[in-house]
Amino acid sequence: MAEDLFIKGHNACAGCGCALCMRWVLNTLGKDTVVANATGCMEVVSTQYPASSWGVPYVHSVFANAAAVASGVTRAFRKQGRSKDTVVAIGGDGSTYDIGFGTLSGAMERNEDMIYVCYDNEAYANTGVQRSGATPFASATTTSPQEIGGKHEWKKNLAFIAAAHGIPYVATASVGFLPDLEKKLLKAKAMKGFRLIVVYAPCTLGWRIPADKMVEVARMAVNTGLWNLFEIEDGKFSMSAKPTLEPVDGYLRMQGRFKHLTAEQIRFIQEHARATRLELEKLEASGVNVGRIL
Amino acid sequence: MKRMMEGSIAVAHIVARCRPSVIPAYPITPSTHIPEELSRLQPKYGYEFITVESEHSALSAAIGASVAGSRTFTATSSQGLLYMHEVLFNASGMRLPIVMVVANRAIGAPLNIWNDWQDSISQRDAGWIQLYCKNNQETADTVIQAYKIAEKTDLPVMVCFEGYYLTHEVCEVDLPEQEEIDSFLPPFKPKLFLDTDNPMSFGTFFPPKYYQGVREKHHDDLLASAGTISEVASEFAKKFGRVQHALLEAYGPSDAETVFVTMGSLAENTEVAVDELRTEKKNAGLLRVKCMRPFPAELLAKALSKAKRIIVLEKDVSVGSGGVLALEVRAALHCETPVVSVVCGLGGKDVPVGEIKKTFDAKKDLWL
Repeated sequence: MAEDLFIKGHNACAGCGCALCMRWVLNTLGKDTVVANATGCMEVVSTQYPASSWGVPYVHSVFANAAAVASGVTRAFRKQGRSKDTVVAIGGDGSTYDIGFGTLSGAMERNEDMIYVCYDNEAYANTGVQRSGATPFASATTTSPQEIGGKHEWKKNLAFIAAAHGIPYVATASVGFLPDLEKKLLKAKAMKGFRLIVVYAPCTLGWRIPADKMVEVARMAVNTGLWNLFEIEDGKFSMSAKPTLEPVDGYLRMQGRFKHLTAEQIRFIQEHARATRLELEKLEASGVNVGRIL
Repeated sequence: MKRMMEGSIAVAHIVARCRPSVIPAYPITPSTHIPEELSRLQPKYGYEFITVESEHSALSAAIGASVAGSRTFTATSSQGLLYMHEVLFNASGMRLPIVMVVANRAIGAPLNIWNDWQDSISQRDAGWIQLYCKNNQETADTVIQAYKIAEKTDLPVMVCFEGYYLTHEVCEVDLPEQEEIDSFLPPFKPKLFLDTDNPMSFGTFFPPKYYQGVREKHHDDLLASAGTISEVASEFAKKFGRVQHALLEAYGPSDAETVFVTMGSLAENTEVAVDELRTEKKNAGLLRVKCMRPFPAELLAKALSKAKRIIVLEKDVSVGSGGVLALEVRAALHCETPVVSVVCGLGGKDVPVGEIKKTFDAKKDLWL
């Protein structure tokens, strides 16, 4: 990585997983990248006039429309013959899983030529850590507080919902595994059509973890099976890592958002992690084309 | 060449001849014939046609195309325009020269697919230039001008024409040929765009110290765009030999005592009403507001300076306040001249000439 394209000077929190994600995305994809960013933490911390942290052309419009703005950009570039530029839409989980979900789905259905990076910090962190469609089961947020036992539902399965659109590339990644993220970004860059990478990116504020534990927490999510790294390339599912699963207890106990969990809830989450891993392994072995189950 | 054509089809052909590069489209009655025709014309003109998943995305994709440095177009109506609401402010705040045609239609509830102006009138604060056309020839000619105005002022332009009354009306229109339009409208050359050789950030976050200044500049520039709108209209008249009014159109004698003020195709019925009233020896005139934003307040006050009474006919209402055009007229006049507000034609309610004539003697605000 020759130059930093997500330039220092942004005012993200110390230990922000999302800012690390931005830096890795831009530095990997290089200077011929054009970004359409949804409203959210990464926009707010990086574009305060008269400064900007973006070393590549960048546009922010509103919360729900990053994939649509990027659709307009990518079509304009095609008409202009600008084939060497990579159009990247970037949104957090609030924008991607929830308010901009229809827009994302439309762009995937049209197979627009772009990479969409979702930095998933599992809550509306920018507005003060409210529950989103990406918030995991039992996690306390300011709208799923510990007084009600945290969130009652599981997280949406965005990668598989995306894969059901039959797009060429879907991957999950994590800021705890940067070489894996880099490999997936380079693979996506070499492809055409709609490519989605969902990047697990801990939020120190929302998850209530110390800044110096951010990467460790990100790694433990993968090692416990609560965030699985995989690719779905032309519908074919493959796991990027199959760690021997560690108990979820340690991962959950590190984070303030899970502080209120009962032993029963922890057992429930443990069982979920184990069962999910089994299903993913079965899917991988089956060779089923996820994009063709229509 | 003059041809019999449906209004929407005429608009689509003229849009294509303005050479947009990207057209995001989403269907909504009664604007739908425009994108349908543009999809048929796509192979001939080669623009990117994006069938997006909502009006919110249609304008968002237009923003993307425009900020990428391409000419763009979209069309909508009613709920679709309301669904775009937040994106409208965004497009104008980023100073993108997007042209959009609005086929005016009522908004719900109750649901109604017929014409009034409530949809675009409700967007009058969104920072766009708003032009209301009275017939299909004017609409087609205004679309051509709109691109030039938008690209000279860095402001988006909304060209409004009435659902069904105009969109579905088949009448004779004279559509300028490609070469004529090319010689009037040069290729779009954006000053700033998403350029990897000169990376810039668009649509960024402005703290209190800077935000208001941007709004003030936007307001000043929108007011000043009246000059550009007039210049482009003159240039158009010279080039195409056809006058299309820029801001206001006066009909009847300049010293009429009772002057109707209205917009859109309602002006055509009002012209007939004025003619009939004058044969009945009633001193009536008409002033049509073509440009609602920027509102030509000074010109309007001057044009109405000899009026003894003003009757504002309009197909919209700010519920809880009154007719919006009447509010604007009253604010512009700064005088004692009585202004009667007539709200009419909502949701396609017919406004026949006879009914317009009856308002000539109206003493107080009424719903027709």
